[in-house]
Amino acid sequence: MRAFSYERAKSPREAAAALAADPAARFIAGGTNLLDLMKLEIETPARLIDVNGLKLDEITPTKDGGLRIGALVRNTDLAADKRVRKDYGVLSRALLAGASGQLRNKATTAGNLLQRTRCPYFYDTNMPCNKRTPGAGCSAIGGFTRTLAVLGASEACIATHPSDMAVALRVLDASVETVGPDGAERSIPIADFHRLPGETPHVETALARGELITAVTLPRPIGGVHAYRKVRDRASYAFALVSVASVIHKDGSGRVALGGVAHKPWRVEAAEAALPRGAKAVSEGLLAGARTTSQNAFKLTLAERAIGAAVTEARG
Amino acid sequence: MAILDDLQLSRREVMATGAAVGVAAAPGMASAAPAEQPTLMKVSFTVNGQRQTLELDTRTTLLDALREHLKLTGSKKGCDHGQCGACTVIVDGRRINSCLSLAVMHEGDEVTTIEGLGGPEKLHPLQAAFVKHDGYQCGYCTPGQICSAKAVLEEIRAGVPSHVTADLTAKVEFSQAELRERMSGNICRCGAYSNIVEAVAEVAGAKA
Ligand SMILES: Cc1cc2nc3c(=O)[nH]c(=O)nc-3n(C[C@H](O)[C@H](O)[C@H](O)COP(=O)(O)OP(=O)(O)OC[C@H]3O[C@@H](n4cnc5c(N)ncnc54)[C@H](O)[C@@H]3O)c2cc1C
Ligand code: SF4
Ligand code: FES
Ligand code: FES
Repeated sequence: MRAFSYERAKSPREAAAALAADPAARFIAGGTNLLDLMKLEIETPARLIDVNGLKLDEITPTKDGGLRIGALVRNTDLAADKRVRKDYGVLSRALLAGASGQLRNKATTAGNLLQRTRCPYFYDTNMPCNKRTPGAGCSAIGGFTRTLAVLGASEACIATHPSDMAVALRVLDASVETVGPDGAERSIPIADFHRLPGETPHVETALARGELITAVTLPRPIGGVHAYRKVRDRASYAFALVSVASVIHKDGSGRVALGGVAHKPWRVEAAEAALPRGAKAVSEGLLAGARTTSQNAFKLTLAERAIGAAVTEARG
Repeated sequence: MAILDDLQLSRREVMATGAAVGVAAAPGMASAAPAEQPTLMKVSFTVNGQRQTLELDTRTTLLDALREHLKLTGSKKGCDHGQCGACTVIVDGRRINSCLSLAVMHEGDEVTTIEGLGGPEKLHPLQAAFVKHDGYQCGYCTPGQICSAKAVLEEIRAGVPSHVTADLTAKVEFSQAELRERMSGNICRCGAYSNIVEAVAEVAGAKA
């Protein structure tokens, strides 16, 4: 790990300004992703700004009947919150399917959204990777692709986003609230928050340099049967090969988003009209344009079947 | 206050040299810049009821502070990347991986390690149950297993749900399935899992 200076942020705005002014600085929240990457020298900040003291750790009702989740709310606390369990079960389920009890006790809402890919070549500093070093090339293409993207990938990068929580937030139409270095606040719809890799896979989100996430807001509850099905190589404590976040109503209508298949949570609103006709019908639109390798083509079958299981479960 | 002894100094030198060689030898690394000056910082926290003040390189993890500086070597380093749970300690009542947390981020915190739960003269009920049920073979993962198990029982009592909780809105109850899921962050290379489950279930007052 490279040496770094450490300071505790005093206010969200000051934290944002400090980060914007210093290209070598990074925020640190739970530290469970950043420190892992710093130990491997994939991340090499010279300065850490600790945002844990910013009092952004509350879950409060919004005036339109939704919930505002502070950026520093721990994954354990968010999953256990009574209101979330009752009205946004898909979110509790997604959080509880991720990482371990120890990690969820530290991991924060903002940190979870911003965790970086688990592409094996991203983690191997001896191999070229466009995400680590723009322009270096992608070792995954033509390599070991079993865990990698089948939708929305590019010639520059085929990595997936590893967050379970983000897939549930996508199906719930959440928004990411931020404050910038000049104190300006904005709200980014979750659909626009994570980017597809395109030519610039190292640019992963819509955040500007220095922008601090202050909260994630959920719109008012939409009812329905909430489920998160995660398929992985072992029953617990593993990243998703494919996951499905779903909210399905009595009449069979609803919403579905996929994890483990793309550089961002994958949802195609236009495809959801076919949901009452079943998993096959909805998968046609949702998985359209997929590009697979012999190693990861199974993800398409797995996704359709996992949606099928969610639909069956919702019918009760 | 921890006093640096000879062992620790030589160990630190070895580590520093090792790191420098690593940087020089890595071919594709972006910069060959000279090693940055380490930043030293003071931090105070309570470990097993005792106030400790340390001056540490900011890079020091809580695990290394406990093991290398406070000589509390009960907590183990298995992977150093949050993947095995051997380093599990309890901070302000919650279990965390001490390898993925910086010591300087624990100002004012209360840390409990396996040494704080009990010792040979007075075993914690979980420690006694692990002995009784042979909840280990080599014992390397055991301090982390026991710290984790203690927090798991409290999490269930506090009503924190898990991946296997059938109904999110119902009261959370202890079961073997709950225990196995909640302990999945603690890997045992010796595969002592079934005995670990028996030991913890006994303390939880449930039939294993
Ligand atoms: C062994 C292991 C298994 C895991 N398994 C899973 C899994 O199955 N599913 C899953 O979803 N996740 C999994 N994770 C990942 C885990 O969920 C993340 O590490 C965690 O959510 C990151 O949150 P954090 O608060 O610790 O982030 P940090 O490490 O503190 O930060 C991550 C990034 O976010 C930035 N950041 C933090 N807060 C803010 C803010 N307020 N505004 C702007 N930027 C900010 C930091 O600068 C950093 O770049 C696993 C991790 C490990 C180590
Ligand atoms: S898929 Fe993306 S993250 Fe993986 S090696 Fe290629 S560029 Fe890097
Ligand atoms: S040493 Fe911390 S989880 Fe393995
Ligand atoms: S007892 Fe040997 S690793 Fe668990």
